[in-house]
Amino acid sequence: MRITVNGETEEITEGLTLLDLIRERGLNPDIVVAELNRDIVARDNFAAVRLNPGDSLELLHFVGGG
Amino acid sequence: MQQDKLVIGGVELDSRLFIGTGKYSDDALIPAVCEASASQVITVAMRRVDRGGTGVMGHIPSSMRLLPNTSGARNAEEAVRLARLARAAGCGDWIKIEVISDTRHLLPDGYETAKATEILAKEGFTVLPYINPDLYVARACVNAGAAAVMPLGAPIGTNRGLRTREMIGILIEEIELPIVVDAGIGRPSQACEAMEMGAAACLVNTGIASSDDPVTMAMAFRRAVEAGRAAYLAGAGAVSHGEAVASSPLTGFLR
Repeated sequence: MRITVNGETEEITEGLTLLDLIRERGLNPDIVVAELNRDIVARDNFAAVRLNPGDSLELLHFVGGG
Repeated sequence: MQQDKLVIGGVELDSRLFIGTGKYSDDALIPAVCEASASQVITVAMRRVDRGGTGVMGHIPSSMRLLPNTSGARNAEEAVRLARLARAAGCGDWIKIEVISDTRHLLPDGYETAKATEILAKEGFTVLPYINPDLYVARACVNAGAAAVMPLGAPIGTNRGLRTREMIGILIEEIELPIVVDAGIGRPSQACEAMEMGAAACLVNTGIASSDDPVTMAMAFRRAVEAGRAAYLAGAGAVSHGEAVASSPLTGFLR
């Protein structure tokens, strides 16, 4: 199924949770912030949120800045 | 000096030097810079994460208070969105509002900044808006619930120093909140001057990160900020614009 991650359309396996996707991308869920269809997903809910076709997901983290 | 705390949003700080995490040749320098600066507040930015991305958090000592910025925001709505995401990261509720739509001079949009400040202050954030040193923008931010205001000394990343000196002086005089001079400070002497004028603190990123030896420069900024603060508290002597004024007695000369 297709979803949008950080502005790019991607093919992902059906039934993945947000936590699965974060781990699959080699990311540490403890430092990632997620916004799904414009709603912030609390970190505690990463494992409970299942991704659906057409979802638009933003994954962010802190980088160097002034 | 022992009692000279800076209080922002109910938090007491011993250090009046805030530092950034941008532009280091190697982020592994950041822990040593934190130590040498004795700073307690450090800025970060929020960006999309690539596959395998690790970000900067692994280099920031846990004792530091995080001040995420809303860089990348072009209006109040985008700043509010970034601020909420930053809070969801679980590192506190301090936020530096940075709203910029001019990519050449990187000057902040005062109107959008005040709007974002009002929304976020109501949501319980400790809001530190980055502004032009304009009295009316500063007052709008105060009325909007800011915890401090952060006027620029010179455009971001320029190391040109206190080009806005007189305007910052007016804010120090008129605004009750702490004035944190942010942006443009390239040398310790410039930070010292801001502190002598009565600024509550300075935020320095490029001035430290772009130096040849950021750890030593962080130490130099720490000393400069401490010296400037001590001088402000001590109260500088009057300036004479006319004739010289002898420091030694003018009587009893050996003849």
